[in-house]
Amino acid sequence: MPVGVGKGVSDRIFDVFLYTFMILVGIVTLYPFLNVLAISFNNSTDTIRGGIHIWPRMFTLDNYRTIFQYDLLLTAFGNSVLRTILGTAIGVFSSSMLAYVISRRDFIYRRQVSILFAITLYVSGGLIPFYMLMRDMNLLGTFAIYILPGIINAWNVFVIRSYMDGLPPSLQESARIDGANDLRIFWSVILPLCKPVLATIALFIAVGQWNAWFDTYLFNSSKEHLTTLQYEMMKILSNTSASQSADAFRSGDVDAATRVSPESIRMAITIVATVPILIVYPFMQRYFVRGLTLGAVKS
Amino acid sequence: MQLQLKAETIERKKRNSWRKIVQQRYLLLMSLPFVVWLFIFHYLPLWGWTMAFQRYRPGRSFFEQDWVGFTNFVQLFSDERFYLVLRNTVAMSFMALIVGYTVPIIFALLLNEIRLITFKRTMQTISYLPHFVSWVIVAGIVTKMLSTEGGPINELLMALNIIDQPIQFMAKGEWFWWIVTLSDMWKETGWNSIIFLAAIAGIDPEQYEAATVDGAGRFRRMWHVTLPGIRPTIFIMLILSIGWLMSIGFEKQFLLGNPMVQDYAEVIDLYVLNYGINLGRYSYGTAIGIFNSLVSITLLLSSNYIFKRLTKESVI
Repeated sequence: MPVGVGKGVSDRIFDVFLYTFMILVGIVTLYPFLNVLAISFNNSTDTIRGGIHIWPRMFTLDNYRTIFQYDLLLTAFGNSVLRTILGTAIGVFSSSMLAYVISRRDFIYRRQVSILFAITLYVSGGLIPFYMLMRDMNLLGTFAIYILPGIINAWNVFVIRSYMDGLPPSLQESARIDGANDLRIFWSVILPLCKPVLATIALFIAVGQWNAWFDTYLFNSSKEHLTTLQYEMMKILSNTSASQSADAFRSGDVDAATRVSPESIRMAITIVATVPILIVYPFMQRYFVRGLTLGAVKS
Repeated sequence: MQLQLKAETIERKKRNSWRKIVQQRYLLLMSLPFVVWLFIFHYLPLWGWTMAFQRYRPGRSFFEQDWVGFTNFVQLFSDERFYLVLRNTVAMSFMALIVGYTVPIIFALLLNEIRLITFKRTMQTISYLPHFVSWVIVAGIVTKMLSTEGGPINELLMALNIIDQPIQFMAKGEWFWWIVTLSDMWKETGWNSIIFLAAIAGIDPEQYEAATVDGAGRFRRMWHVTLPGIRPTIFIMLILSIGWLMSIGFEKQFLLGNPMVQDYAEVIDLYVLNYGINLGRYSYGTAIGIFNSLVSITLLLSSNYIFKRLTKESVI
């Protein structure tokens, strides 16, 4: 931390620039979100007049009421919540179990297993072979495709492992003397101690799951009951940006409700798709900063 | 005699490793499912690379495919569109590398100069925010901010009399690279600065005191204490970024692009998606994928090699 001795004139000028600059950065970062929020609470007909910045002009909850009446969006919301919860639970459990195994220095295949996973950080088969594999395994058009391919991410495993490396080995020793097997040691000795790093990994996986749209687009776009919130967002977006012409907005079929969506409705959906994660992350800040540093140092 | 001894040690080793396997049965059981999973989801697709050397037709077994050697690659290298796509990928990769690497360092340096702790903390929290928002939503926000109908950027430029007609930002191909790069900067600068901030926090405060006693001002302390203090981190992050250079993905380009800017927006992965999957040219698409993988592995290995020469350490 710089020491505040010798505050000269140039120092003061620097401070003025620094704080002005930072406040500008803050505005540029926050304004779009506040703008979206304000419009989502504004009367949708009034919004067309424009000129709304960070405060609604005609406050209403109608936009939110409207979007929660679209069946498709409710399905999408449900699927997004489900894949986030399931994906995170399975992901954290699997990654930490594998991390424990390769953190054990006496494990006979430690090196081989670590290398097999490390390779996947750099080499991948690419989009088409992956797509064909999913097709051959009959995973297209299933909910499982949201969970199965992403159970383990090698990077997360290595982050957890380096955290486990820092735990005192004496704890495991005494548990072993008490006759506990490896699974038991992992579950009741190691896991409880890893809460900070597991919280970080859980946040990473949850963000990834909640924000995913491409798998829905590629594998499940014809299955309406498997749609997700981000994918619906993406459809709304590409419809509004691709068709500036009025007649595209006039079509009246199944998801016309989302297609004809006036700006306020779109912004309300944006808020629903964003807020869950934004509420969580400030509380996790302490953890993920540590988790990130661990990852960079050790791998 | 000698031979017998050797055989005996081998025998004993075998018995030992058997005993170990039995002893570690729990560890093996705990890892086996994931190794199987790994082979299915990460190594089987590598087998799919064989498709690049076939004229793949769906519904036929592996042995019934026509093998065509390097035809798909020859076709790829004689396709003009491919060079256009390659240009876009390389251009946006380099822009992402330069901006995504230097701006977070500068941001971390500046944040570190803030003495009001609450203000600093708040700034940090705010700056991480866009990282957690999906590209779908960021693309929506960017489109809205740049819109010609009441988009704040156009309104601001008009109010300042810099322009007298709204600019159609999203329709200008030559601006697309910048739109992608700056959106990326807006989204990830705060997040990418975390690692540098952590490194700065690790610098011994005595060094600053000593520099101050020697009469060093703010800039000189930043230049002579902070920057050298985080040099190892700066190096590692540079090598890592070079290694990831070609893996920029396609999310941003997919979501921000539109038919009007296609010639600037199409990157390798999008090309694979459009020509490989959507048109069913699986073999051709796989060939493109292989080319991309080879380039990134080469980049990664060479940057790691240079790093090794410089610091005697390996990142991989």
